[in-house]
Amino acid sequence: MNLKNFELLYQGAEAKLYKGIYLGKTVLAKERFKKCYRHPELDGIITKERMKAESRAIVRCKSAGIRTPTLYLVDYRRRIIILEYFEDCLNMKEYINKYCESESLEELSIQVGKMIGKMHSINVIHGDLTSSNILLVKKKKSEGFILKNLDLVLIDFGLAHIESTTEDKGVDLYVLERALLSTHSVAQDLFKNILEGYASENKKAFKEILIKYDDIRARGRKRTMIG
Amino acid sequence: MVIAIGFEGSANKLGVGIIKDNEILSNCRKTYISPPGEGFMPKETAIHHRQNILAVLKQALDEANIKPNEIDVVCYTKGPGMGAPLACVSVVARTVAQIWNKPLLGVNHCIGHIEMGRSVTGANNPIVLYVSGGNTQIIAYSRKKYRIFGETIDIAVGNCLDRFARVLKLSNDPSPGFNIEQLAKTGTKYHAIPYCVKGMDVSFSGILSYMEEKSSKLLKNGYTVEDLCYSLQETIFAMLVETTERALAHVGSKEVLIVGGVGCNLRLQEMMRIMCEERGAVLFATDERFCIDNGLMIAKAGLEMFNAGIRMKWEDCGITQRYRTDDVDVTWRKD
Repeated sequence: MNLKNFELLYQGAEAKLYKGIYLGKTVLAKERFKKCYRHPELDGIITKERMKAESRAIVRCKSAGIRTPTLYLVDYRRRIIILEYFEDCLNMKEYINKYCESESLEELSIQVGKMIGKMHSINVIHGDLTSSNILLVKKKKSEGFILKNLDLVLIDFGLAHIESTTEDKGVDLYVLERALLSTHSVAQDLFKNILEGYASENKKAFKEILIKYDDIRARGRKRTMIG
Repeated sequence: MVIAIGFEGSANKLGVGIIKDNEILSNCRKTYISPPGEGFMPKETAIHHRQNILAVLKQALDEANIKPNEIDVVCYTKGPGMGAPLACVSVVARTVAQIWNKPLLGVNHCIGHIEMGRSVTGANNPIVLYVSGGNTQIIAYSRKKYRIFGETIDIAVGNCLDRFARVLKLSNDPSPGFNIEQLAKTGTKYHAIPYCVKGMDVSFSGILSYMEEKSSKLLKNGYTVEDLCYSLQETIFAMLVETTERALAHVGSKEVLIVGGVGCNLRLQEMMRIMCEERGAVLFATDERFCIDNGLMIAKAGLEMFNAGIRMKWEDCGITQRYRTDDVDVTWRKD
C-alpha cells in the first residue's frame, strides 16, 4: 500500500488526510504520521492503540445501525487506515452556518442526540464529539440538502474507546457541549434538543448519565485553581 | 509614562517587580524551599513571605533606583493561589498603597503570566500553554477573554512532577522540577507509563499513582532514577504538546507561547519547537526570570489594566483562592 497517487486534503493535529482511488473506489486515507517530538516507542504505542480503537469503534457502531465510514484497510506498519470517502456532504457545522432557520435545526439536533444515545447504549465513547465530526450525506444526489434527504454519519473515532461507566458517557456529552458553545451562537438550543433525542434513545440509563453530566459540568466550571 | 510595582506571593515564590512602561526596572524574588520529601504548606509559606517581604521590597526599590512617590499604581496577586500566602502579601500591598497614597489593583495570577510572556517574547496572538505547579491550561484569546480550550481534569503537571520528586526524595532546591529535568538528561531507558489525553483535556493523577506504586519495583528491575525521570518527562510533555497541537489546528493559529514554572523546562520547549516546525508555526518561550512566578508579571498585567482605565474600589481589593483565567474581562486588548 502506498499513497503515490493520493492527494493531500488536510493536515490535522492527529493525521494527514488524503483522497485517492483504492480497489476502484474513491477513498479517504488517514495517515497517522510519525510525531518527531515524541519518544519513538511512545509514538508507536499511541499510534497503534488509536488505530485499533478507531477501527473497533467504527465496526461496533455499524453493528448497532449507526452509519460510519466503511473500513477498507488497516495497515499498522504504514500507519494508514483507508475509509469510505463521502461525496455530496456537509458537516454539521457547515450545515448550521448555512441553513440556520430554526425548524430543521431542531429536528437535526434531535436526530444527532438519538445517534449519540444509541452509540452510548452499546458503550462506545467517541472521545471527540464536535459539530465537525458529524457528517450529513445526501441520500439522493439529485435532491438538495434538505433534512429528509440526509443521512447522519459519525466520523473521526481517533480518541474512541469502549467503556460502560456513566462517567465517560457524561464526559462525552460535556465535550460536545463545550465544542458547540465555542463554535455556534445557537448552541444552547441545539444542545437542549440533543439531550432530548438522547433521552428518547437511551431511556434506561439517561437519568443516571444526566446526573453524572451535571456533576462533570460543575467540576469544570468551579474547579479550584491554585496559583 | 507609567510606573507600576507588582507583589506576587500566591505559592512558595515571593516576588516584587517594578516596570516603567515596557522597561524592566527590577524583578526580585525569594523562594521558600521545603525539605526533601515534603511539599510547601500554606502556614510555613506565609511565615516565610511575612519574614522576607520587606527586605525584597526594599531590594526592588533600590535596584530600580526610584522613590515610592514616583510609582503610579500598586499591583498585587488577587488569586488564584494558597490563601495564607496570598493574604500575607496583599496586606503589604494594601498598606504601602495607603502610605504612598496610590491606587491599588488586584491582578489575576494567570493573566500576569500571559501578559508578561507576550511582552517579553513579542508573541501577538498565540495559543498559550500555561503549565505550573497549580495549573495546566491551554488558552486562546477570543472576544475579550482568555478562553480555556483545554485543561487538566485533576492535578497540575507541575504538581505531578513535584510529588514524583518527593517519591524519589529529590532536593527541592532550587525546585523539584529543575532537579528532575537535570536527571532526565542522562536517562536512556524508556519505560512506557500511562498516557492520558481526553480531547483537549489531560489528566495526571493516574500517572502519578502509577509512578508512586511502581517506582521502587522498577528501580530494582534495572531502571535508574534517571530513567524514571526521563520516562515521566517524555510521557507527560508529549501529552501537553499533543493537546496544544489540537488547539492550534482547531483555532488555526501559528504561534505558541509557553508560560508558567514548568515552561522553563528545556525539554518541553524542545518538543514544542519540533511540533511547531512541523506545522509551520513559531514557538515563544521565556527563561526562569519570567516563567517562574515573579512580581514583575503582576506589575506588567496591572500596568495594562491601569492604562485601560481599570480602577478598583478598596472593598474589592481582597483575595480569592479560586479565580479562573476566563473570569477576567480583557479590556486592554484592542483585537
